[in-house]
Order: sequence, then C-alpha cells, then structure tokens
Amino acid sequence: MLEVDAINSFYGQSQVLFNMSLTVKDGEVVTLMGRNGMGKTTTIRSIMGLTPARSGTIRFKNKEITSQPSYRIARLGIGLVPEGRLISPNLNVEENLIATANSGPNGSGRWNLETIWKMFPKLSERKSSMGNQISGGEQQMLAIARALMTNPDLLMLDEATEGLAPLIRQEIWSCLRDLKQEGQSILVIDKNLQALTEIADRHYVIEKGSVVWQGTSRMLLEDQTVKHQHLGV
Amino acid sequence: MNWLLLLEQILNGFQLGLLLFLLAAGLTLVFGIMDMVNLAHGSLYMMGAYFCATFTGWTGSFLIGALLTLPAVFLLGVVVEIIALRTLYARDHLDQVMATFGLILFFNEATRLIWGPIGLVIPLPEFLNQTVEIIPGAPYPAFRLAIILVGFLVAGLLYLIVSRTKLGMLIRAGASNRDMIGALGINIRLLFTLVFGLGAALAGLAGLMAGPILSVEIGMGESILILTLVVIVIGGIGSIKGAFIAAILIGLIDTVGRSFLPEILDLVLPSQTAATAAPAISSMMIYLLMALVLAIKPQGLFPPKGVGR
Ligand SMILES: Nc1ncnc2c1ncn2[C@@H]1O[C@H](COP(=O)(O)OP(=O)(O)O)[C@@H](O)[C@H]1O
Ligand SMILES: [Mg+2]
Repeated sequence: MLEVDAINSFYGQSQVLFNMSLTVKDGEVVTLMGRNGMGKTTTIRSIMGLTPARSGTIRFKNKEITSQPSYRIARLGIGLVPEGRLISPNLNVEENLIATANSGPNGSGRWNLETIWKMFPKLSERKSSMGNQISGGEQQMLAIARALMTNPDLLMLDEATEGLAPLIRQEIWSCLRDLKQEGQSILVIDKNLQALTEIADRHYVIEKGSVVWQGTSRMLLEDQTVKHQHLGV
Repeated sequence: MNWLLLLEQILNGFQLGLLLFLLAAGLTLVFGIMDMVNLAHGSLYMMGAYFCATFTGWTGSFLIGALLTLPAVFLLGVVVEIIALRTLYARDHLDQVMATFGLILFFNEATRLIWGPIGLVIPLPEFLNQTVEIIPGAPYPAFRLAIILVGFLVAGLLYLIVSRTKLGMLIRAGASNRDMIGALGINIRLLFTLVFGLGAALAGLAGLMAGPILSVEIGMGESILILTLVVIVIGGIGSIKGAFIAAILIGLIDTVGRSFLPEILDLVLPSQTAATAAPAISSMMIYLLMALVLAIKPQGLFPPKGVGR
C-alpha cells in the first residue's frame, strides 16, 4: 500500500529526515514511535506532500507520489488525522465533516454521514456545535471522522490520544480496533506503547530522522533495550 | 425636517451601501482567506464599467451588455490571479500593496490605450431610464431602485453560498487552515482562483451598475476603493456579514449625513458656524465612525473566528 524509500526531508536548511524508510501493507496497522522531535510528524508531512521530501521516493498503491501536491495525494486515498486535530473553529461539526468529504478514490467508499453518526454517536449529538465549542475528545473523534469521510485506503493518525483523559483514549483505541477489523490500513503515531502493541501488527522506532528498530509487537515487548533507549520506558 | 427628502436620501444611502457591499464582499474574502491585500480591486470595478459600456455599444442592449460583462470580469479576475496575484500570497503585506498598486497603474494605462482618455457613457434602456413613485409624491429613479434590488438579491445569494454550500464551507474553513484543507483533498489554488474570480465578478457588477449614474472614466476605481477599505475594516476583515452591515451603515451615513448634517448642526451651533463646519464634518463622518469602531472593537464589528493565523 505505502512504501517510503530512503527519503530526506528538510525545513529550510536543516535536515530532519535521513534516509527514512517504512512500508505499510494492505490491511496492516503500523506504528511510528520515538521521542519528541525525532521526525515522526515530518515523516507524515512528507508522505502527505506538506513538507515534500527532497530525495528518495514515496509510492502509494504503486504510484509515485513524492512530488505531488498534497490534495492529489489525499485524493489517491490517504486520510490524515493531524497532530493538534486542526478542526475548523468556524464550521460546525457536521460542516467540518461535509466540507472535505468525498466518496473515495474509486467512488464507492462506505463512509457517509449516516455511517459516521453510527460509529461516533457522541458526534451526532453535537452536530450543530461549532468546531471550537466541543471537548478535546470530541474534536479528536471529529478529526478521525473527517478523515474517514474522504474514504481513504490508508488512514494516518498523528498523536491522536495526546492530552486526552484515559477513558477517551480507550474510546479511540477501540475505534481503531474496529477499523482494523474492517481491514482499514492504518499508520499511527503515538506514545502509548501498551495500547499500540495490542492493536498494531508492526512498529518502527525512529531516532533523529531514521529508523533504528523495526519489528512485530511481540518483538517490541520483549526487547528491553529499544524500549529503554529509544522510547524512554 | 423634510421627510420626503429624508426617505429619498435613505434610498440613496442603501443604493451606495449595496454598491459598496458588492465591492467589499470580494475584497474581504480575498483579504480574509488568502491574507492578501489587493488594491487593484477597484480596477476590476472600473473594468466592469468599461466592459459594460463596450458590450452595450456592440449589442445595443444594456441588459445583454451587463450579462456579458459578468463572465468577462470573472475571467479577467481569474487571469489576473493566475498571472500576478498567486505569487504574492506568500509575500508580506507591503509587497502585496506595492505589486497591486502597480496593477492599478497598469489597468489605468491599459484603459487609456484601449478606450482613450475620455470617459464613456452607458445608455440605459427606456424602462430603467424613468422614475417610479414608490413613495407617493417623491418620484425615484427606476435604475437606482434596480440597483437596490439587485444588491439585496446578490447579498442574499452570497449569504446562501457562504452559509449553505460546500464551497461556502471551504471558504470559511480555508480562512482558518489552508494546509489542512489541502491535505484533505481540496485543491486550494483552484479554490482561491475561483474565489478571486467571484470577487472580481461582484466588483464588475458594482462597476457596471455605477457606470450609468456616476461616470465611466479612468481612475473611477480608486475613490471607491478607499470607501470599500473603510467598509471591510469596520465590518471585520474576512466577514461577509460584517461587510454587509458596514457597507449599509457607511452608505446611509455618507448620504443622509451629507444632506442633513447642516440642519442638525444648526440646532446646536450658531448658524454661521454650522454652515461652514457642515461640509467639512460630513466628508469626515465615515472616518470618524471607523475610528470609533476601531477604538471599541479593534478587529471590526464581526471579526471572523480563526482568522489571524
Ligand atoms: N516547521 C518547522 N520548521 C523548522 N523545524 C521544524 C519544523 N517542524 C519541526 N521541526 C523540527 O524538526 C524536528 C522533527 O520534528 P517533528 O517531525 O515534529 O518531530 P516529532 O513529530 O517526532 O515530535 C524537530 O527537531 C523540530 O524542531
Ligand atoms: Mg509530532
């Protein structure tokens, strides 16, 4: 589904990603872990075309997307749930969902308002509240729902549980579990090792813009060194 | 007090206000969403008047001329956006002011070359070139009435577009976060071009309606641009609702004020003083209003949420 092959990305003069590589296969849930400032968000921004990689290649569904504008990349079927949620404050909940909705790359996506309200009943109760009047947890749900409304083949979540109460985190994890069951491919950035090892198939640990460790959930749980050195557990 | 005159001046105030609104709507959207100062907005207003004069001459009909002018100014706006303005979004406001001031000079000179230095007239058809007695005893020009009707109609239409359609949602969302909208699959460049074209068409509409009552001449866009800037500053940059309310307010105060200030001043000042002060004060009134509004609400009457990244 997604192949990131040795990309190098910069903010101005300063290089942030160094030969960063990763893959996500069909139906897989893959995580990107690492301490703050290591380049996780930049990896996602590069995939999305927001901070285009200067070298290396990114392929999505076997098409090269490395230097495409971000709206094209999104249309090919990548749904982004960005760090900080970025809900439009001057649109209400329903408008936030509709404004950027589309029926997916092949026009037959299953997400529409009806299926979204079913999956997120809390959002349906707040349909007409403005984006900045709902709670942080609701905003996060909305950001996920908004990405689903583009009917993506790959969903990317950046720190989706950051700053949320444990109960709401649980809701988000269970939502991801449901999506995985339905075969949704997901790339997720988070710090919550326990929950991630339960949900995800594979993990990448990055340090200063390159992958320093990769493996399955079981391998990660057993590897004390990586947990200690790179994840600070 | 002369009540008939007052009513007539109120109608005139609405008419000026609605013209200002048509200009302000485009300007405030471009300013609010793209964070772009476009001084050349008045040039699009002027082009609306010149196009309409030309098309009316060719076809012999003001209505057909007007209908041709709207898509023409829309296209002109799209071309100007693609060639000149698109590259300016990322620059700071001073660069934008310089570059779009250059565009004003360009449009004025181009107009001089194409149409010559002497202004044009837009002849009105018979049914618009008469008076109607909507207020018994005070005949009012049918064309001015038509401007008021069209102005309200377009304002309503614009309100529906911005509040009910997907385009409107994107316009509102685009103001708060461009990158995010792009990352969700929306072609922001195209959206901006469309919005700019829409703003241009509205400016053109204002120009073609002002043409028959003011005059179609080089530089006609500059004086009204100043008033328009006052409107969007008072209304809150980026807010269509604010632009509407401020435009009507400015229209009314400017028109009604100019004709009734002498009488009002006469009540409180010695008549000699009143007679000399009135003209000076009445031309300053809208700026006084602007200063007052900004002192109380520095962001204008309706600062849109999320603007001011
Ligand atoms: N817009 C930016 N401009 C300059 N440097 C940035 C910008 N965003 C992030 N960085 C830098 O890039 C590095 C990686 O950041 P980021 O990808 O956000 O890390 P993470 O998501 O892993 O916490 C950090 O050192 C950060 O300071
Ligand atoms: Mg991050």
